[in-house]
Amino acid sequence: MSEQEAEKVFQEKLDDEIKIEPKDWMPEKYRQTLIRQVSQHAHSEIVGMLPEGNWITRAPSLKRKAILLAKVQDEAGHGLYLYSATETLGITREQTINDLHSGKAKYSSIFNYPTLTWADIGAIGWLVDGAAILNQVMLTRTSYGPYARAMVRICKEESFHQRQGFDILFVLSKGTKEQKEMCQDAINRWWWPSLMMFGPHDKESTHSDQSMKWKIKRKSNDELRQNFVDMIAEQAKVLRMTLPDAELKWNAEKKHYDFGEINWEEFWNVVKGNGPCNKERLDTRRKAWEDGRWVREAADAYAEKKKVKRKAA
Amino acid sequence: MNNFFRKFYYGDIPEEKGSNNIVSSDAKTDWPLWEIFIRSKQGLDHKHVGSLHATDAQMAIENARDVYTRRMEGISIWVVESKYIHASNPDDAENFYEPAEDKVYRYPTFYDLPDEVKHM
Repeated sequence: MSEQEAEKVFQEKLDDEIKIEPKDWMPEKYRQTLIRQVSQHAHSEIVGMLPEGNWITRAPSLKRKAILLAKVQDEAGHGLYLYSATETLGITREQTINDLHSGKAKYSSIFNYPTLTWADIGAIGWLVDGAAILNQVMLTRTSYGPYARAMVRICKEESFHQRQGFDILFVLSKGTKEQKEMCQDAINRWWWPSLMMFGPHDKESTHSDQSMKWKIKRKSNDELRQNFVDMIAEQAKVLRMTLPDAELKWNAEKKHYDFGEINWEEFWNVVKGNGPCNKERLDTRRKAWEDGRWVREAADAYAEKKKVKRKAA
Repeated sequence: MNNFFRKFYYGDIPEEKGSNNIVSSDAKTDWPLWEIFIRSKQGLDHKHVGSLHATDAQMAIENARDVYTRRMEGISIWVVESKYIHASNPDDAENFYEPAEDKVYRYPTFYDLPDEVKHM
């Protein structure tokens, strides 16, 4: 079969909603796009552990500490599901990790913002995980089998993340004057970066929409962002908090919320590495890798020793 | 400015050239890859759930517990080093499964029974 014919068969499979599995023929660009996207998704889970990990020792109660620990452990698990899916595309785990540490591979920019108060942990769960879930629910229907299955697993676990975040804010919203202020302040700081998570406007792309055609993505950035705003605007009322956007208003005609324009200059700045915590996050990852070296070596030596022992026995 | 005209999906950020901070990679390569199979409850088959890296089978089982059964999804774990899994070739599927295609008489619905016959 010629390359062209193979691509035609491939596209027909996708059009019939047949999933692509690791050993199936796929266009090289499909493979490369997925390696980039799935590994970035994995990196986002792993780097996402850092801003929250900061608060494990400072969580206000034992209950909150146990919950946060479980959540951060979940993020590690989600990273591993996704690294495992990436590997089925023919790239080694080591290469994937090296690409993160060298700065070649990216991760979601949201994690380059700092977590200044306890309320930020609530805002991350509610807003950041809330935004992530919308994207991830869509991805349970993505065309690449291993990615879709990892997403199903992740989505099952993720809704606890958003709820615990809302719960933190809900308690603060009924607290003292200072607690209420802290709650509002965290929402003010995380709102716009959360909207940025969905990426640039659809109209800014002049490229043909290959990811949609390949059914890697099933909804556009603006569609997902609108879903998010509609959902959060309603939930904010329950918290009796405001979202920092004077233009946010229900549009009865469209049956959606209208909202203001994102600061795209800030967005691209953070993507390019100039966010408040870009350097700190990568440095922390690299240090963790280096500091863990002796553990990896010890595990290797131990396995070797056991092997020798088994042979002797 | 070029960036503004590139598709940039959530979770799909264009890669740039790496910075100069190349981290030294370990002299040894990755630990072996293991495929993980989990029995979710007594009476059901083990089912493939994913893979992970580990130095040996014991470590693979312990890691599988932490990665794949944090919410009691399993009561039994099998691990198999990935290199020992042999698979059929998807490119041959058409020929390979062809023998089963024209044997409709293997299905009960192939047979027209008189209405008087019950419970068959």
